[in-house]
Amino acid sequence: MFRGLAAVVYKETRHILRDPRTLFLILLIPCLELIVFGYAVNLDVKHIPTVVFDLDGRRGARELLEAYTSSGCFRIVGHVGSDAALTREIVAGRAKVGIKIPEDYSDRLLEGRGAQVQVFIDGSDSTSAMQALSTSNAIGMIASMRVAAENLGGRLELAVDTRNRVLFNPDMRTANFMVPGLVGVILQVVIMLLTAFAIVREKEHGTLEQLMVTPVSRLGLILGKLVPFFVVGVLEASFVLILMRFLFHVPIAGSLLLLAGFTLLFLFTTLAFGLLVSTFAENQIQALQYAFLVLLPSFLLSGFMFPQETMPQFIYYIGQAVPVTYFLRILRGIILRGAGFADLWQNGAILAGLGVFVLLLASARFRKTLK
Amino acid sequence: MAVSMPEDRPVIIHADEVSRRFGAFTAVDRVSLDVLEGDIFGFLGPNGSGKTTLIRILCGLLRPTGGRATVLGRDVHTESEAVKRSIGYMSQQFSLYRDLSVMENLRFYAGIYGIPRRERAARMEEVIGIVGIGDHRRKLAGALSGGWKQRLALACALVHRPRLMFLDEPTAGIDPVARRDLWNLLFDLAGRGVTFFVTTHYMDEAERCSHIGYIYYSRLIVYGTPAELKRLPDVTPAGAERLEVRVPGVAAAMRALNAFGYVHDATIFADVLHVLADRGCSGRLIGDLDRAGFPGAEAKPIPATLEDVFVTLTRRRALERAEGRDDV
Repeated sequence: MFRGLAAVVYKETRHILRDPRTLFLILLIPCLELIVFGYAVNLDVKHIPTVVFDLDGRRGARELLEAYTSSGCFRIVGHVGSDAALTREIVAGRAKVGIKIPEDYSDRLLEGRGAQVQVFIDGSDSTSAMQALSTSNAIGMIASMRVAAENLGGRLELAVDTRNRVLFNPDMRTANFMVPGLVGVILQVVIMLLTAFAIVREKEHGTLEQLMVTPVSRLGLILGKLVPFFVVGVLEASFVLILMRFLFHVPIAGSLLLLAGFTLLFLFTTLAFGLLVSTFAENQIQALQYAFLVLLPSFLLSGFMFPQETMPQFIYYIGQAVPVTYFLRILRGIILRGAGFADLWQNGAILAGLGVFVLLLASARFRKTLK
Repeated sequence: MAVSMPEDRPVIIHADEVSRRFGAFTAVDRVSLDVLEGDIFGFLGPNGSGKTTLIRILCGLLRPTGGRATVLGRDVHTESEAVKRSIGYMSQQFSLYRDLSVMENLRFYAGIYGIPRRERAARMEEVIGIVGIGDHRRKLAGALSGGWKQRLALACALVHRPRLMFLDEPTAGIDPVARRDLWNLLFDLAGRGVTFFVTTHYMDEAERCSHIGYIYYSRLIVYGTPAELKRLPDVTPAGAERLEVRVPGVAAAMRALNAFGYVHDATIFADVLHVLADRGCSGRLIGDLDRAGFPGAEAKPIPATLEDVFVTLTRRRALERAEGRDDV
């Protein structure tokens, strides 16, 4: 049943070790990707460049601007002297927020009349715009209440004070949320493509035809191809997890052993998908295209970038077919929330089921005869 | 048109009305043949005529859509795995691993064919000795020249001591010296009892085969020993003979000859003409050529060459197809 397995493992290992440069790249590139994406994908909006058109220039205006900068959300990058200049700074992209304080701002505050401040926000970057909008509103609200309280001669006291406490990622660091997801997505891209390429390359070079006239068994050939890449996957997973822990300082709240176990399961499922791709593709270009049928939903629909809850039903179900969806839940569960096996076994079971199903499908398609 | 081969050697390949259709296209059409132990069976035919398809069927790579074939007594379709254990196969293109060394490729195939670990080293040395690739053990397969690549492919295909070897155009694209060496190697192996099924386009290689089959438009139109094929009545019909005509200006002379009523066919071979004409017409032919403006021609009777055989049979078959007598 496993006839030729050892020989195929031997050969694949020689292929991988033959070219240390490729091996180095295989292991290094995911780490680089993790570093680049880990730093780049940052939804924490801080220090939004802001220009100020201050017609008032007195204490009231200074206090307001102080409130803006001390929120951490805004960073004043310049002062302008006209509406046109304010607009130009935003259009040119040098600033994303413009604050215009009218000349009677301090007067109206002192007189107890309502004072207006205009805040222009660049909506072309929706993440920063949302953040700027809500922070600006809050600043305005607090400033109003302080004035109201002063006028009443009392201290600032809120009637209802909601105390929100964010569990598991108290600083709301994007890295803690994104990097575990990246680990899953990057592992999938690399391992799936490597596996698919390794088999399709044999089709391209005609070596598969030569193998087909030997008595190597189907299972021996398939497993012989997968085992070395499984080992590469384990190395790769270790590297990216180490980077996650020590470079991005994402603490692992749950059991490391459980994380390792589920990672092996995910690697198995990913290898099966790679094998399936190779049974459809005749060359490496095609393999890349077929792989993207799995990889794109893995990026967009797995919950890696956007929450699955808000997706239309049909799209949501596509997201349920990619293994990364379940691995992401496992990764975030173990790493961020310290979830245990009892909390995550269903995701693991689906992952295993998906892997077995795809492997059987791929094996059935992988014939030792030509079409 | 099978030529009888009264032999008592074991039958290695037996094909009985084997066909293979791809949709509406018939790549191999009711081919029957027998190859006996120790034969070097040369399989000839134009590109696309079905040579590779038949080889793939006999190797168990393709399922026949009609007929039945056995290799070493086993059905190529239902017992293909058993067939694969006892045959060697060299495909048209070089299909070993370029980034593995000569030894690594050999070790891989020794493993695939399940040669016991303690016999492996000895077996590898045996095939290295046979093909003489000992000086290149450490070289990567991709760095070998064409001739050495073929020898390595042969070594890998021999490592499990197959009784039958399929070679699909083994000498395509290698230089004449390497070509001759490879053929000497095949004779050497045939002498040790290995049977060969070889496709080729080269007539000189066909001449060296013990038996030849010629496939044209999916049909095996003839097979037998080279000598038998040359004596076929279709090739040199009764009352006709083959002449070698030496005359200056062969191209123009060929057109003149084809106009003579007693000339069946005239073909240029380098600086001479091969003419198929009614027996006893050589004197008349020289006279007619002289009158047509080609003085000083010489003619002498020659036996048919294999090329004559294939040209004649191909023309006849093409004519049959054109006249719609295809499905005879």
